[in-house]
Amino acid sequence: MTDQALDPYAALQDKEPPKAPRSQWKDVWDQFKRHKGALFGGGFLMFITLAVILGPYVWQVDPQKLDIRNKDMRPIYVALWDGSAKVGWFRPLGTDNLGRCIMANLIAGGRASMAVGWAAMLLALIIGTTIGVLAGYFKKLDFWLMRFTDLVLSLPILPLLLVAVTLFREPLRQNFGPEGGMFILIVTVVGLTSWMQTARIVRGDILALKEREFILAARSIGTTSGKIIRRHLLPNVISPIMVSATLGLATAIITESALSFLGVGFPSDFPTWGKLLADAVQRMEQYPERVVLPGILISLTVLGVNYLGDGLRDALDPRIRGR
Amino acid sequence: MSLKTVLMGAVAATALAPAAFAERGSDGALRIIYWQAPSTMNPFLSGGTKEIEASSMVIEPLTRFDETGAIQPWLVEEIPTVENGGISEDLTTITWKLTPGILWSDGTAFTSADVKFTYEYCTHPEAGCAQITKFEGISSIETPDDLTVVITFDAPTPYPFAAFGGAESPIIQAAQFADCIGPAAPTCTEQNFNPIGTGAFVVTDFRPNDVITLEANPNYRDPAKPAFASINFKGGGDAIGAARAVLETGEFDYAWNLQVAPDVLAEMEGSGRGELMTSFGPSVERIMLNNTNPDPALGPDERAVIRPHPFLQDPAVYNAMSLAVDRVLLAEIGYGAGGQVTCNWVPAPAAYNSDTFTCDTQDIDAANAMLDEAGIVDTDGDGVREKDGVPLSILFQTSTNSIRQDYQALIKEWWSQIGIETELRNIDASVFFGGDAGSPDTFQRFYADVEMYTNTFSGTDPQAYLANMLCDKAPSPSSQWQGENISRFCMKEYDALWNTLAQTSDLDERASIGRQLNDMAVSNGAMIPLTHRGDISAKATSLEGVRMNSWDSELWNIADWSRSE
Amino acid sequence: MLTFTIRRLFLSIPTLILISLAIFMLLQLAPGDPMAQVPLTVPPEVKERMRAALGLGQPPLVQYWKWLVQFFWIEPQVLIDHWFGTSFAEGKQRVISWQTRSPVMDIVVQRIPQTLWVVGLSYIVGILIALPIGIYSAYKQYSVFDQSGTFITMIGFSIPPFFTGPLLIVIFSVQLGWLPSIYDTTHVVRDWASFKVQFMQMVMPVMVLALQTTAQISRYMRSSMLDNLNQDYVRTARAKGLREGVVVMVHVLRNSMIPVVTVIALGVPAIFGGAIITENVFKVNGIGQLLLTALFASDLPMVMTLTFIFAILIVLFNLIADVLYGVLDPRIRYD
Repeated sequence: MTDQALDPYAALQDKEPPKAPRSQWKDVWDQFKRHKGALFGGGFLMFITLAVILGPYVWQVDPQKLDIRNKDMRPIYVALWDGSAKVGWFRPLGTDNLGRCIMANLIAGGRASMAVGWAAMLLALIIGTTIGVLAGYFKKLDFWLMRFTDLVLSLPILPLLLVAVTLFREPLRQNFGPEGGMFILIVTVVGLTSWMQTARIVRGDILALKEREFILAARSIGTTSGKIIRRHLLPNVISPIMVSATLGLATAIITESALSFLGVGFPSDFPTWGKLLADAVQRMEQYPERVVLPGILISLTVLGVNYLGDGLRDALDPRIRGR
Repeated sequence: MSLKTVLMGAVAATALAPAAFAERGSDGALRIIYWQAPSTMNPFLSGGTKEIEASSMVIEPLTRFDETGAIQPWLVEEIPTVENGGISEDLTTITWKLTPGILWSDGTAFTSADVKFTYEYCTHPEAGCAQITKFEGISSIETPDDLTVVITFDAPTPYPFAAFGGAESPIIQAAQFADCIGPAAPTCTEQNFNPIGTGAFVVTDFRPNDVITLEANPNYRDPAKPAFASINFKGGGDAIGAARAVLETGEFDYAWNLQVAPDVLAEMEGSGRGELMTSFGPSVERIMLNNTNPDPALGPDERAVIRPHPFLQDPAVYNAMSLAVDRVLLAEIGYGAGGQVTCNWVPAPAAYNSDTFTCDTQDIDAANAMLDEAGIVDTDGDGVREKDGVPLSILFQTSTNSIRQDYQALIKEWWSQIGIETELRNIDASVFFGGDAGSPDTFQRFYADVEMYTNTFSGTDPQAYLANMLCDKAPSPSSQWQGENISRFCMKEYDALWNTLAQTSDLDERASIGRQLNDMAVSNGAMIPLTHRGDISAKATSLEGVRMNSWDSELWNIADWSRSE
Repeated sequence: MLTFTIRRLFLSIPTLILISLAIFMLLQLAPGDPMAQVPLTVPPEVKERMRAALGLGQPPLVQYWKWLVQFFWIEPQVLIDHWFGTSFAEGKQRVISWQTRSPVMDIVVQRIPQTLWVVGLSYIVGILIALPIGIYSAYKQYSVFDQSGTFITMIGFSIPPFFTGPLLIVIFSVQLGWLPSIYDTTHVVRDWASFKVQFMQMVMPVMVLALQTTAQISRYMRSSMLDNLNQDYVRTARAKGLREGVVVMVHVLRNSMIPVVTVIALGVPAIFGGAIITENVFKVNGIGQLLLTALFASDLPMVMTLTFIFAILIVLFNLIADVLYGVLDPRIRYD
């Protein structure tokens, strides 16, 4: 019956079978693919993350194992120009001054650095977005939340970080072990001190979006506030959020290395990229690879994250997309 | 003889014998770098080594220790003894005769009143003086005339040289510090930063934790000294930067306390601009063995208080633990030229160094055999031995420091080879050594089975240091966890022998008792000594007259330093 | 605008008091002990007496009140005395550092010259390098210059100064012997020769720090330029026949500078905070090194005062940034 009723409109139908509608995410992906740097950055980040997660299962050497007989070995590639160098395939990247395997240390260090980076970034993201959205959407909360943001913004970060580390290291250590405690501390401190920019940007965007017609429309058909935020507002502010997320990850890795250098980071028997680099600086003339390898890894990760952020911003912004 | 010839002769004379005609300030500026920067010039208010060292260029004690640890008269005519009548027969008074003619840097005379004032300054109950122990046991100080100081003790004191001896106990000027007694001491910034002294140099500009500028003291007692006109005493940075500034770039002449990996230092010394110097005081890196039970299941008043430890006091256990350690390797990787193997708690001065034990060879097999023989074997097959059913699982704590963590890792490995399981723990140094009675992580609390740190004593007399193993010095809740007997060692024979030491004045006899006390503590499971730690400093090759000293300030004879060229 | 500024100034007073209380309470929780660096040869009971002499036994609120009075009432009097030769602060207890037993503010004042010389100058150098890089990279987006600029600035951002510092020292001080590796804070610039010495000792720390500034500011400059280059007014300007140079350097640049100027203003307090790591590597001994040594020595009055001074500067420059924003962009109105 309905078929017949629709029949008069058959002339209006397309001759060809209808194409699947292009999803928003496909558009995003198409744009993202065109950004070579972003592809490289994302790919590298994925590779590094996988390598540090799976690495210990493939390269089963204990990073803390001391082996005095095989100390100060050079990476295998040194043999290319220096036949007399102490090298060996069982320690492809050499060993340190106490015979610890550098490859195993880089993998273990990467695990710690990446974990700190991701966790601190997620924490900052969640806090920043929540506060930004709440302040932008609910007028009553705006004043107080923004004053609070100002207060945190005006706290001096690095000094406070040092203070916090010296203060809470011991209690956390007792409850979560030396590594666990330090991890929680660094992640919390970096996370808690880097959400303010996100919050400010998100709030600004939400304030502007709130007055737009589509939100008015949504509200007039009785959509609840929670739903408006989730369905209509968040997708529209995802681009600034992504950018601050990528920067957050890089900042967390760098902050951790600075703390390690000052001797207030992870315990001395727990490698991170920053700490491997800091420990190797004094022997950089004799064993340049010990600074170069962790240095390259940190740089490439930060670079990768940054390109990824660039690409994501371009891809997620409908105004730039397709340009 | 023409004028020209006279002039030529004079030129020749100065050219031929520069040393004989050395004159004050002729060698220009001396540049010293201490990577830990001094925060005050008053050692009584700080107690830190860096402040004691810096102040030793300006203020001086009555006697100093030379590089062999022997007492040298400094501002006095001679060292008092019972023979020369300077020390009374009953060992209760000592009479110092000050050298006449010594002037303070402001030109006024140095008198016995200054010495007495220093005593009053430091022993004031509200001053918070860091060196008050130097004046312990003194009942009064009399000054019969300007150049005589009579110190009376309340009991016979066989070693009466602690007061006003060594860089920790210098003399400050009464006139300058008169208003700084007691609670006012910390407020006298001007005095604390620019003390008037009898030393070779005078502070011209003091910048706390940064740099001190000094110039030659115009009123110094030897008119030909010091050879340097001024000193730039830089602080800050890290040990490696300080080492580089002397050994590689030659920007500085002297760098102190180079706690840098031995291979890095050796590489730097290869540049040929400077040389390393080491000297050894009594510092020993050791593992303390807990003689009480640190089981967390015990209550707060019993944990680390009640004896005995479930297994650590068995001679087979601690001897095997000691035997399994390769001390030569530890000293080499940890301290290089600044470390020597030692089996003793008191390895210096030489007279006190016992030769009873040898411990420079590691023997895992012998250690295993020792434990097997004692019936401490692995009964349940988990690779860990048991004594009376208690597994030999050890919690090993120390302060956070990369060398200590390397030590820990190596020792854990060796102990695992003799069936002892070790859990490692490191605690931030400011907490570990902080002495906070409320913290469970201080080295005094000793909530662990073994712990590692370095201890030493100042001066050359170990009597007070040997008192650290007396039964009643054990920390406990009733003493607010204060007390020096960290391992809670307790032996009646030891206490008795120490009392004999306290009443003996003959130096050879004292040394002999000291060695016996050392042997008793080490062989009865108080500690496992590991490394005798020395001090490493670097000097430019052109710097002469440096006599590296671990018993006093390293700058003790700075008046004699000069530049060759 | 004026009312806005005044209102914000008044609002910042309770904020600052709150911050000071927060910092103080945080420090009270510190497990560190100011006597921890005193050697083990000094017995515990002596250390206990030394602690009492520092006033450690008092209840925290009493200590906080004392600090407030000293910082907000007595220290300004000292300043007035210093300027006008009066004697208001005569005999009054100032904020005293536990390490040195001397007034905290005196040491801070002593440290400011080298901090400004090195950190301040590096900020200016960094900005001067960053702006052209940012402008040109945005103008030629995705060109070789843009790509390599991004690459180099990002490497500069990600390589920590504790590596670049010693690397420069090894190259320029040890191998080549051109530059001093240790900064002399007592050096006074009097004439051309002494200026040259000052210049030589500043080159390396300034460059290490400028690298970080350059990386950040050039990123901001680039993205701000990019936002503006696609605006309609640029098309209009080109359409009416303005030369490309005028379009970019006058129209686009002026509008793009608005966010960049605020970012620059927000970074100024960090100059006074010093650069903890770089100061340490080159022994510049500025404010950063002061804070670090005070932290390690548990010198609470010093840490408290320094962090609070930073907080004041941050609040102040936040305000300046907001006001600047309004001045530069007439579309923004505060009311």
